Amino acid sequence: MSTYYAGLLADVGILFLGGLSVYIILTTGQLSLGNAGFMAVGAYVASYLTVTAAVPISIAILAAAMISGAIGVLVGFPALRLRGIYLAMATLGFGEMVRSFFLIFEPMGGSVGFHGMRHISAAYIWTWAVTVLMLVMLIERSRIWLEMRAIDDDEVVAELVGLNATRIKVGAFGLSAATAGVAGGLFAHHHVYIEPGNFGFERSIDFVLAVILGGSTVAAGPLLGALLLVILPEALRFLADWRLAAFGTLLIAVLLLRRQGLLDRALLSGRLRAPIA
Amino acid sequence: MTPTAEAPLLRLDAVHKSFGGVRALAGVACAIRPGQIVGIIGPNGAGKTTLFNVITGAYHADSGDVHLDEHPITFWKPHEIARAGVARTFQNIRLFASMTVWEHLLVAQRHRESWARRFLPTRWVDPAAQSRAQEVLGFFGLECARERPARSLPYGMQRRVEMARALSSDPKLLLLDEPVAGMNAEEAEEVRSLLLRLRGTGITILLIEHDMTFVMNLCDYLYVLDFGALIAQGTPSEIRSNPAVLNAYLGREDRA
Amino acid sequence: MLLQQLVNGLTLGAVYTLIALSFSLVMGIFGILNLAIAELFMIGGYLGFTAIGAHLPLPVAVLLGLCGGAVLAIVIEKIAYEPLRDASLITPMLSTLGCSLILQNLATNLWGSDPLQLPDELLGAQLRLGPVTIGSMQVVVLAASVLLVAVLGLVIQRTRMGRAVRAVAENRDVARLLGVSASGVTLLVFILSGALAGAAGVLIGLHYAAITPYVGVETGLKAIAVMVVGGVTRIWGALAVGPLIGMLEVLTVAYGGSQIRDLVVYGFMILILLVRPQGLLGGGKVDVGRV
Repeated sequence: MSTYYAGLLADVGILFLGGLSVYIILTTGQLSLGNAGFMAVGAYVASYLTVTAAVPISIAILAAAMISGAIGVLVGFPALRLRGIYLAMATLGFGEMVRSFFLIFEPMGGSVGFHGMRHISAAYIWTWAVTVLMLVMLIERSRIWLEMRAIDDDEVVAELVGLNATRIKVGAFGLSAATAGVAGGLFAHHHVYIEPGNFGFERSIDFVLAVILGGSTVAAGPLLGALLLVILPEALRFLADWRLAAFGTLLIAVLLLRRQGLLDRALLSGRLRAPIA
Repeated sequence: MTPTAEAPLLRLDAVHKSFGGVRALAGVACAIRPGQIVGIIGPNGAGKTTLFNVITGAYHADSGDVHLDEHPITFWKPHEIARAGVARTFQNIRLFASMTVWEHLLVAQRHRESWARRFLPTRWVDPAAQSRAQEVLGFFGLECARERPARSLPYGMQRRVEMARALSSDPKLLLLDEPVAGMNAEEAEEVRSLLLRLRGTGITILLIEHDMTFVMNLCDYLYVLDFGALIAQGTPSEIRSNPAVLNAYLGREDRA
Repeated sequence: MLLQQLVNGLTLGAVYTLIALSFSLVMGIFGILNLAIAELFMIGGYLGFTAIGAHLPLPVAVLLGLCGGAVLAIVIEKIAYEPLRDASLITPMLSTLGCSLILQNLATNLWGSDPLQLPDELLGAQLRLGPVTIGSMQVVVLAASVLLVAVLGLVIQRTRMGRAVRAVAENRDVARLLGVSASGVTLLVFILSGALAGAAGVLIGLHYAAITPYVGVETGLKAIAVMVVGGVTRIWGALAVGPLIGMLEVLTVAYGGSQIRDLVVYGFMILILLVRPQGLLGGGKVDVGRV
């Protein structure tokens, strides 16, 4: 496999994990526009561990996931006070704060960035991606996932049915942040150089885009979304200077034609469902 | 009504609740005995649904106490009260928009706090939940709708799904907010026989209903609420002949 | 020195106010984040610079940016918002993102990706008022901002269509019941929002004396922060908060170093969301779950 395709494949894997992180939190009805912030935490923690403390890469990424996850839980508590667009705005602010924090955090290079990581292969990235995907698919069939969906559908009723919405929403934030942390650790070691600009608002939006484009009700959604987001701009290369515009046009077209995303539960289960009244 | 020494399952003492100066409940006191079907009746705006909201913890009482099995639950959170064995339905049906009937029955079950059971596929690790859901599905005659999105079902079936969701949590106390509203006589009769069978299994039922024939034919005991205060209580036949009740109902047009 | 910083902050804040107003018109009334606004003001800036390059007077340049923004906003409304108006808030946000990709691509192809500089002769003149030096461009930016806000106020408070907009902003459902034409209001809101963004683009170009295709995102995010602090659904909140954030930013740069600027601004924004979600100046509490 040429390095070009390997690079694309690695990008898909990382974006897919980022998309999954948004997918998890979105299942509880919480829209995060700041998951690149959790990704940044994962990237910097994992890089610090492998470069400065010579920790093996897999352990470093696990640690990055746990620290990102812990920060996710911390963010999740104040986030309980906010819903809808207010939450989206607050997470956007959180993402920007993390980015600007690393800009002034000189021990990890500040605005200059941080390097010295050992390169990892696309195969290694996909080992992580597939493992996390399988975990998410297991959880999707568990009752915790039903509880998360119940909270998205109607939080008041969910509580009256006996669900602890606080714990579930905060937990989902933690799980989402941990997944983004894995994406960050992999990103850092694939590109072997990171700077705060890698983890800006555009990255957070890319994650959301992967989920909405691919479908936000099945884990395969962000996978397809990530694939399209990476492959389409490449496939449109023949348009030269106009490929971004073409990409934007396609994006709008997909949203207009299938606003629930390309994949959804009905499509995957092959069941024809009556429209929801 | 048979007098019994049994402790009440649910007891309310002088419960008050106001919303910005509007008094919704004014010192409501009642004791619901286990194994009975108890009705709450009263004109619109009498505070019946507010009473349900206070019992389930959706609102907290301004003053007064709520006891379940002699435990004070006045300031418990809704999910704690639900797990203690109180389940309810809603006047305006509130089903989960993304879920099938089957999923409604799984999600509402009181979970056993084991990580494996919660995070692994229910089908693998929790056969008990599956069989409970199947049992409830059968009880309400919903087998044919098992995989249908609950919100896509006809109205009468949606009401049954709501009751099934409440029942699947294995409650001690079932609160039903207008269970036969909008149903025809035949459907209401079906619900009546379902509720009688439920009482047979030992579940206590507290229900709000405007359909007087339904209430009088079903309930063991009735409370009459008007302007947030209990104005009468007794067996259906006692209530039927109570002058205060007649007055509250006949006077309704004047107030509206 | 402090006074000088305050004047600088005021100018920057004036531009933030305009863009924040542009965001909050759409957000306050339809509850969606129109991400294309960031690119509308970038395009507006380029149109203005093109006019200045052609030796047209400044007011014409601002007007050109304003009209460009308004026209593009109509196109965005028709393509990316109207068909998705009953979808969840994420979908229209992403379709406007599609629009911004197209606009950014358009700008790089038309004007190149290198910064465009303002001709020097425009920047020369300076006014001295005691210890404070005001560049002539700062005067233009401030004056134009005040004028634009005044015109917006006139349209919204005094015209029939403006009243309809306010009715919809107060309560979407009630407005519909009263027969306020929703599609007319929608279009007007997008036009006003686009016009403000386009004009603001020219002004921020004048403020920085340069413009790039990428100016949209950073300033746009800052304007979003202004909108949030002013109260997401309170259109006029931005009026006071814009200058406040502008000054906060300039003062942090002056006394705390440019590095912590964003940290302070976004930290402030999150604090407001948690403590006063109705906005700094908002009156009663809002139901943060409804919008």
